[in-house]
Amino acid sequence: MENQHLYNYILGIADNSLILGQRLGELCGHGPSLETDIAGTNISLDLIGQTRSFYQYAAKISGENKTEDDIAFLRLERGYKNVLLVEQPNTHFGYVMGRQYLFDVFHLLLLNELQFSKDQTLAAIAKKGIKEVSYHKRFSGDWIKRLGDGTQESTTKMQEAIDDLWPYTDELFDMTEADTAMVQEGIGVDVSKLKESYYKEVTTLLTQATLKIPQIDYFSRGGKNGVHSEHMGYLLADLQYMQRTYPNMQW
Amino acid sequence: MSNEQIKNLEEIFEARIARDEKIEAKDWMPEKYRKTHIRQISQHAHSEIVGMLPEGNWISRAPSLRRKAALLAKVQDEAGHGLYLYSACETLGVSREELYQQLHSGKAKYSSIFNYPTLTWADMGAIGWLVDGAAIINQVPLCNTSFGPYARAMVRVCKEESFHQRQGFEIMLKLCNGSKEQKDMAQDALNRWWWPSLMMLGPTDAESVHTEQSMKWKLKRKSNDDLRQQFIDQTVPQADLLGLTIPDPDLKLNKQTGSYDFGAIDWDEFWQVVKGHGPCNKERIRARVAAWDNGAWVRDAAMAHAAKKDEQKIKIAI
Repeated sequence: MENQHLYNYILGIADNSLILGQRLGELCGHGPSLETDIAGTNISLDLIGQTRSFYQYAAKISGENKTEDDIAFLRLERGYKNVLLVEQPNTHFGYVMGRQYLFDVFHLLLLNELQFSKDQTLAAIAKKGIKEVSYHKRFSGDWIKRLGDGTQESTTKMQEAIDDLWPYTDELFDMTEADTAMVQEGIGVDVSKLKESYYKEVTTLLTQATLKIPQIDYFSRGGKNGVHSEHMGYLLADLQYMQRTYPNMQW
Repeated sequence: MSNEQIKNLEEIFEARIARDEKIEAKDWMPEKYRKTHIRQISQHAHSEIVGMLPEGNWISRAPSLRRKAALLAKVQDEAGHGLYLYSACETLGVSREELYQQLHSGKAKYSSIFNYPTLTWADMGAIGWLVDGAAIINQVPLCNTSFGPYARAMVRVCKEESFHQRQGFEIMLKLCNGSKEQKDMAQDALNRWWWPSLMMLGPTDAESVHTEQSMKWKLKRKSNDDLRQQFIDQTVPQADLLGLTIPDPDLKLNKQTGSYDFGAIDWDEFWQVVKGHGPCNKERIRARVAAWDNGAWVRDAAMAHAAKKDEQKIKIAI
């Protein structure tokens, strides 16, 4: 493929939205209130919408007659480039909001830069996404504050979620080969440069929420290179079920 | 208030309804009117949120991104309908928590159709096409019902339901124009959902206990049997268009009436499901109870946090 780096770069961004959208979709109808169900579904819908825009563009530049669905559903697990953070399960609502917030802060920083990409399509998708992701971050951030500074039980649960999810944050700032190539062309965002702002913002909010910032030296990584957690296989079994069972059909 | 005064108020009230005036939450209303409306609106709200479960079952497995997005949007609409209907009900002086308790304890009913399982992707088509189709027939007359908050909620609900119905039909159409496996899947879904959809329009007129009073209050404009006939007459040509066979050997166009005659409905099955013995009654209620119980700490935290914020505001003000 002529544009292999660009193609991989797009998937590196879009796979996060797909997998997180899928995780939120699993929760629909099972949330703690009707209002959170509506909001969670709404966020999932935004993320799937963004995924579609990115994949449609990737399909177009692939020059291989691919569709957005081929890209979404017909890769092997090792081919998905999402970070480990977004595939983590919906253990409880604290995890759902923790995962969301830890991703949203990064997501917004990324789109804020990507809107100035030399690539007009990526810039346009990013611009549209900024408004949506700003809302996602406000929603998840507000919940972290409520749960962190709520009852004793909720503080414990929220801290547990943050402690468990924190090791997946550092991977967000790893530069892949495609990232480096696209930064050089003025198309991609240098995510390693977002790290400082990210931790500053997250630390401020968690402190406001009376939560402790985990002090650890070891971070988990691998998703960006297709090495996922054990959760990913089950997630893909659901996601790909129809396309794998009934190949080459229109829906 | 003396009996005579109450009688007088009742007469004025009934006259307002007869003049097609809307009754608003703060207006005087007979206790029976209030209770009947709480029962019907909450039953409707419960049906919306229980109805999220069988369709939510396919969000993670939707066959394309477009379908996944459409299904998410549909289930989100249902949650929204639940929200306005619970709010309409709350204007009658009952809390959402009380209504949930009634659902969880089995005291309140919801539409029995949601106690059937969604086994294949085609069920997403069949639910939209048939179940939402039957729901619209039931609900359109409610846009003119006498209780204002309910009537206004229904205007919005019906607009969205009719979109869902078209979306469901479109899923079926795609399957019917697809491979043999897809068409078989569509036929199988029609076979399983047809009779429960007919039952959804309620027991026969002879057995329907609330009809007469409900007609007077415009909670009902047509009888269950009339609505059922309307649904069948509307749906049979759509099945023909899809190339699917309605699973009723007695279904036949009656040239005299211009309507379809149809076979006997298995009312034993209907009552069995209503009484809690359908294929998924237990699962549906368990799922709702689990969501509520598992979410208790979240709701408690939100209340505690809000109280802390209020306290801080007061301290600052002092």
